Amino acid sequence: MFNFIDPILYLWAMGFGLGAYITKINDLSYINFLAPGLVASSAMFATSYEMTYDSFTRMSYHRTFHAMVATPVSMDDVVMGEVMYGTFKGVLYGTVFLAVTLLFGLVKSPLAIMVPLPLAVMAVAFSIISMLWTSLAPNYDSFGYFFTLLISPMFLFSGIFFPIETLPEGVRTLAWMTPLYHTVEIVRPLILGNTSWSMAGHVGWLVGFIVLTLRLPLVMVKNRLIK
Amino acid sequence: MEKRDSENNIVIDINELVKNFEGFEAVRGVTFSVYAGECLGLLGPNGAGKTTIVKMIYDFSPITAGELRVFGESIVDSARRIKARIGIVPQEDNLDPELTVLENLLVYAGYFRMNRRLAAERAQEILDFMDLSEKADAIVNNLSGGMKRRLTLGRALLNRPELLILDEPTTGLDPYARHMLWQRLRKLKDTGTTMLLTTHYLEEASQLCDRLVILHRGKVIETGGPQELMDRYVGKEVLEMGLSTDDLSALMENSGDLIKDHQKLGDYVLFFTNAGEELSEFMSVKTKSLDVQVNYRRLRPSTLEDVFFKLTGESLGD
Ligand SMILES: Nc1ncnc2c1ncn2[C@@H]1O[C@H](COP(=O)(O)OP(=O)(O)O)[C@@H](O)[C@H]1O
Ligand SMILES: [Mg+2]
Repeated sequence: MFNFIDPILYLWAMGFGLGAYITKINDLSYINFLAPGLVASSAMFATSYEMTYDSFTRMSYHRTFHAMVATPVSMDDVVMGEVMYGTFKGVLYGTVFLAVTLLFGLVKSPLAIMVPLPLAVMAVAFSIISMLWTSLAPNYDSFGYFFTLLISPMFLFSGIFFPIETLPEGVRTLAWMTPLYHTVEIVRPLILGNTSWSMAGHVGWLVGFIVLTLRLPLVMVKNRLIK
Repeated sequence: MEKRDSENNIVIDINELVKNFEGFEAVRGVTFSVYAGECLGLLGPNGAGKTTIVKMIYDFSPITAGELRVFGESIVDSARRIKARIGIVPQEDNLDPELTVLENLLVYAGYFRMNRRLAAERAQEILDFMDLSEKADAIVNNLSGGMKRRLTLGRALLNRPELLILDEPTTGLDPYARHMLWQRLRKLKDTGTTMLLTTHYLEEASQLCDRLVILHRGKVIETGGPQELMDRYVGKEVLEMGLSTDDLSALMENSGDLIKDHQKLGDYVLFFTNAGEELSEFMSVKTKSLDVQVNYRRLRPSTLEDVFFKLTGESLGD
């Protein structure tokens, strides 16, 4: 629930509040620049919370993973099921926030209908990243580090609040290495209607990331649970 | 027992099974079989390796060495097919605490790919059988330990398993809840369900099991029926006496076959016998004539605990 409210608060505070002092970014009013990024980040947060705190509860406290693998279901099935659920949750939250931005009149192009697709790809990526952390987490406290060290910096420096071109070279490279940045670069043109071929590169980055990492959570969760 | 020789009747076949945990050998070359229709008890104290063996049987834990076949198939090759035919009651409850009793059953049925109608039908049957119908809509978190355990057993029956594996099904339950569960298990046994049950409760083992495999520190130390083992090792009765062990050999002299065997336990000696009254008499005379100080004496029926104690020199604990 709070995952829905959070991005709306950001939209108000930053968009309407801070935005009043910023004239234009890339020829856009600030709130128009900001809103598409928040669509992506709300999906990221929803997936990441689900695949850390909630997955950890299922895995370590409720032991539902153990219960499931006593049936014809295998551990690979269980972990893939988690990834799919995390993805679904991210797409749901991102799409709901997209609807909110539509109500605020911030959607400029019918191409916005395609936004759930890049959100899904990004949510798979964040499911994977979160599951990896969860598979190593000794306790709930460690998720604090996950959000402080990984998720929050991504949120701040992935081109949601300002274009990453303004960042120093090194930091820009770091932003380029995050799934959130590439998703923002796909979602924003879809919502604003200024698509270009450069978006294909971002799609490629995200798909490549998933292909390269999808097996990792399967291996890591098995390492943790199966002795 | 007459079925024993037929290969077809072997449900679980375990041969020289070994399990190492980072250098620690938890299971050290275990061999036994479970035959169709029987209840086999895997009996041993905490840490004997019972759970480790059970986890290997349902493919949770990879085996280090040895052979393990269930329904004649290797568990490694045919895990899905085999798991569809067995029911598992794990040592630690792993119900979904946020769902209701009924939801737990329905969700679990889904893992066996049952359609909704069949799942609802089976769930209702199980609620009735387990006496949980009134609790169908209760959140699992709010159930008592005994009810959770009954639900866990019920859940394991959803797929009508040919083989039921129960890992310490009643540990931690009060006597009433334990008897409730035993009743259900006896009914299942009567309908021909093959069972593998681990326990460190001797009463449970002697109440439910046709045959016992006694496990100690990862090894099988004895196999046999509960009565058979008691006859073989400890006889009908036990005379417990508190006396100095220095006097022991003198006391036992000329006892003939009155004393089947004996075992020291702290300051006591346990004498195993088939003729308790006679032995008791014999000892009264003997202690008087030898002027032996006796601090304590008690004659009681023997139990499986005595068998375990005789075999290992240790108690089953708990
Ligand atoms: N994951 C593990 N890592 C290391 N040792 C383990 C692990 N699981 C069990 N053991 C050890 O293996 C032995 C057998 O354990 P277990 O099979 O649980 O015994 P039981 O079920 O008979 O009480 C114990 O000494 C236990 O400490
Ligand atoms: Mg155990």
